[in-house]
Amino acid sequence: MARALFNVPKRVRRGELFEVKVLIQHPMESGQRRDDRGAIVPRDIIHSLSCTYNGDLVLRASLFPAISANPFLSFHVLAEKSGTIEFAWQDDQGGSHSESLPITVE
Amino acid sequence: MIGRRRVLTLALGAAAAAGLAPLPARATPEEVQALIRGLVGEGTLRRGRVKLDLPLLVENGNAVAMTVAVDAPVRGPDRVESVHVFAEANPLPNVVRFEFGPAAGKAEVSTRIRLATSQTVIAVARTADGQLWSDEVELLVTLAACLE
Repeated sequence: MARALFNVPKRVRRGELFEVKVLIQHPMESGQRRDDRGAIVPRDIIHSLSCTYNGDLVLRASLFPAISANPFLSFHVLAEKSGTIEFAWQDDQGGSHSESLPITVE
Repeated sequence: MIGRRRVLTLALGAAAAAGLAPLPARATPEEVQALIRGLVGEGTLRRGRVKLDLPLLVENGNAVAMTVAVDAPVRGPDRVESVHVFAEANPLPNVVRFEFGPAAGKAEVSTRIRLATSQTVIAVARTADGQLWSDEVELLVTLAACLE
């Protein structure tokens, strides 16, 4: 269900920071809205996201309903050697998703 | 067959019910201070080191660009462990919590948040050696989130 876009450079220079951007398609239903009949639309959000590089933690984020729909995160990674950047996220439905992308460090 | 009069009555009824639906309760500054106290414990919270970058005037509270940056390393004994962001007057005060690991480039993350009304947003950073730093931004929200 959740489509995700990742902006990750393919090649980076050793020891140089690089920026990654994540955009995940998800309504991030806050649990505050009411539908046409006045009933609360239940909360349904992505509550956790983590990013690792070659198994080392880059960032762990706990997201709350105050994060906008289609959550966007951008942050920096430091890579010493080539490898794989992995993103993993979990939502209120119990869904667990992940994506891995290769990065070449030269 | 649904007559026109019945349709109008139904429409007015629905509108009245929607209008009377209670607005979401708001968090209060006291609640947020209690949350921060829970985080901070016995430590001293100081202003500085954390920079909360938010526009002072928000056109649309549904997607407000926010950058949190901490002037501290991400490795070593004085590294940033976590950053919490709170919104004092949102229905729920927690916004986001970040933890940085050894492969992080720097202690800075950008995201987009929802703000229900004009209020103060607070960021609290904790470092591995037990220091606690905070920053606040007071902003005006023209179009509130959460109310569509």
